Amino acid sequence: MKYKIFTIFILFFILTTKSFALVSVDITRGNLDPLPTAISDFYLDSKLGDNIKNLKLESKIPELVQNNLSRSGLFFALEKKSFIQKPEPAHNKPRFEDWAFIKTQVLVTGKISLEKEGRLRVEFKLWDVVSATELSALAFYTTPDNWRRVSHMISDKIYERLTGEKGYFDSRIIYVSETGPKVDKKKRLAVMDQDGYGVKYLTLGNELVLTPRFSPTSQHVTYMSYFKNLPRVYLLNIETGIQDLVGDFPGMTFAPRFSPDGKKIIMSFAQEGNSDIYTMDIKTRVVEKLTDHPSIDTSPSYSPDGSYITFNSDRSGFQQIYTMKSDGTNVKRISFGEGLYGTPVWSPRGDLIAFTKLYRNKFYIGVMRSDGSGERLLTENYYQEAPSWAPNGRVLVFYRETPSDSSGRGGGAKLWSIDLTGYNERLIQTPTDASDPSWSGLLSGK
Amino acid sequence: MLFKNLNKVSLALVMTLFLGACATQQATTTKGDDAYTGTETVKFLADGVPDRVFFSTNKSELTSAATTTLGKQATYLKANPTLNVVLEGHADERGTREYNLALGERRATAAKNYLISNGVAANRIKVLSYGKEKPANPASNVLAWSQNRRTVTVKTN
Repeated sequence: MKYKIFTIFILFFILTTKSFALVSVDITRGNLDPLPTAISDFYLDSKLGDNIKNLKLESKIPELVQNNLSRSGLFFALEKKSFIQKPEPAHNKPRFEDWAFIKTQVLVTGKISLEKEGRLRVEFKLWDVVSATELSALAFYTTPDNWRRVSHMISDKIYERLTGEKGYFDSRIIYVSETGPKVDKKKRLAVMDQDGYGVKYLTLGNELVLTPRFSPTSQHVTYMSYFKNLPRVYLLNIETGIQDLVGDFPGMTFAPRFSPDGKKIIMSFAQEGNSDIYTMDIKTRVVEKLTDHPSIDTSPSYSPDGSYITFNSDRSGFQQIYTMKSDGTNVKRISFGEGLYGTPVWSPRGDLIAFTKLYRNKFYIGVMRSDGSGERLLTENYYQEAPSWAPNGRVLVFYRETPSDSSGRGGGAKLWSIDLTGYNERLIQTPTDASDPSWSGLLSGK
Repeated sequence: MLFKNLNKVSLALVMTLFLGACATQQATTTKGDDAYTGTETVKFLADGVPDRVFFSTNKSELTSAATTTLGKQATYLKANPTLNVVLEGHADERGTREYNLALGERRATAAKNYLISNGVAANRIKVLSYGKEKPANPASNVLAWSQNRRTVTVKTN
C-alpha cells in the first residue's frame, strides 16, 4: 500500500494583472442556476510521440475536469459537439463571439507538450467569455501516469478562481468496505480519490475495522480494529503499511481522530461501563484524560485551531452534543433540539459543527454553529450518520443504510455527499458497500 | 420531496417549541420498556441457563427477566469454577456507531457486575462490546432491534 509522493511543479504564468471577472459563482446558497461552462479538448503538441498520443490525455484530462466541476453542482458543462472553435486556436486566442454564441460564460482550454525525460507539461487557461478576458493560466509538470492528479488540481484552480473558495478535488476519502451477510460483515479499510476512482484496500478483512480517519498532516490514518478480539485504536502509515497500537489501555479504545496539528490522537476509552475522552501524544505517548463523568462521552473532534473539542455525551440522560476547551474545562451542552444528537465534527472553516440527529425514528445530517445556534438539517433518511467535511468545508460525505427485510436482505451502506446548502446530494460509487467515510485534506497542500 | 419533508420537520420543531420547551426527548426517541421478552435467538449455556439478556432502547439497566437469567448463569458458573466467560455487549442498528460501542460496553458491564455481586470471581469474566456490528437478527424491524439489544455470555474455555 504505497502512495508515491508526486512532485508537481506549479508555474504561474505571467498573468495580465487586470482580470476582473464578470463571472463568479455564489456557493453560499443553493445553486439552482449552475454556471454554463465550456471545457474544450486540450491540444497536443505535434512533437509528442505515439506512446503519449495513445493515452488520449487531450480528451481525458478535460473530461475529468468536467466531471469534477459538474459534480460540484455549481457548473453546467456544455456539450463538446456544440463547440465551434478547435482546441488549438481556442487555447491561443479564443474567438469569444463563437463561445458566447453557444451561451457559455466560462471557457477552459489547454495544451499538452513534452518536457524532458518523458515528463509532460500540461497547461490550462480559464477564460471569462462575458468580458472576453483571460482569468488564469497555469502549467503543471508531471509524468503521464499522474494525469488524474493534474486534472484534479486544474479543477481546484478553476473552482477557486470562480468561487473565491479553496477547492476539494485533489483529495481522497478513506472508508470501510463492507461485504458479506449482515450478521457477520467483512470490513476492510479502503482509500480512493474523492471521485471514487482508484480504490485500494488497506486491510485484508481478517478482523473487524471501524471509523478510519486521515491525519491532517501526514500519510497516517487512525482507526479502530478488533485485532485479536481486543477492540483498540491503531495508527497506520498507509505508505509503509506499518501499524501501531495507540496507547496501552486495559479496555476498549474507540472513536479516534487526529488533532489539527497531527500530533495527538483523541479518542474514547471504555472501562467499567463508563466511556471518557483521552488524548495521546503520538511521539511522547503521554496520555491525558479530558473528561471524567460516569456517562458515555465519545465521538470527539477538535476545532481547526485546536483550542476546542466537540463531543457527544449522554450525561443529560440522552445523547447530546457538547463543547469544551482542549484541556477539558468549560464543558457546555450546545444541542437542545428534540431528539438525539451524535457524531459532531468541526468544520475545517471553524464556524460550523456537522452532526447526526435521530428524531422520530428518522436520521438527519445537519449543521449548527459551534455555540449550538442556527441548527439546519440537510438531509433526512431511514439511516445515515458520520458526516465528514471536504477540505474546503463546503461539502459533507456521510454513509446511508437502507433497511433490510425480515431475512436480512436489502440492507446495505453507501457513501453520499451533500453540499452545505442542502442541495446536490449524490451517491459516491464504490465497488462494495461502504461506510464510515473520512475526507483527507488537500493533497497538494494549503 | 426531500425539502418538503425537511420543511415538515422544521415546522414540527417550531410547533414543539411553541407548545412548550419542557417536552422531554423521551417522547420522541426512546420508548420506555421495550426489552425483548421472548425466547427466539436465545441459546443455552447449560440446561435451563439462557445465554443472553435483553435491554430497552438506549438503556443498560437490567430488567427483572435479565437478573433472573444472570442469577442462573451465576449459579452455573459457581458450580463450574474452571469456566471463564466473555460478556459480549450489543446495540441495535438505530444509533450512531461510536455511541453504540460505548453502550454495548455499558450493557456488558452491567451484566458482569451482577454476576460478580452474585459470587462469580471478577477475573473469570471479560467484557467485549460489538456495538451494532454483530446483530443476532439481521432484519430492520422493531422485533429484530429488541433481539439485538443484548449481552451474550460466551464460554471461552
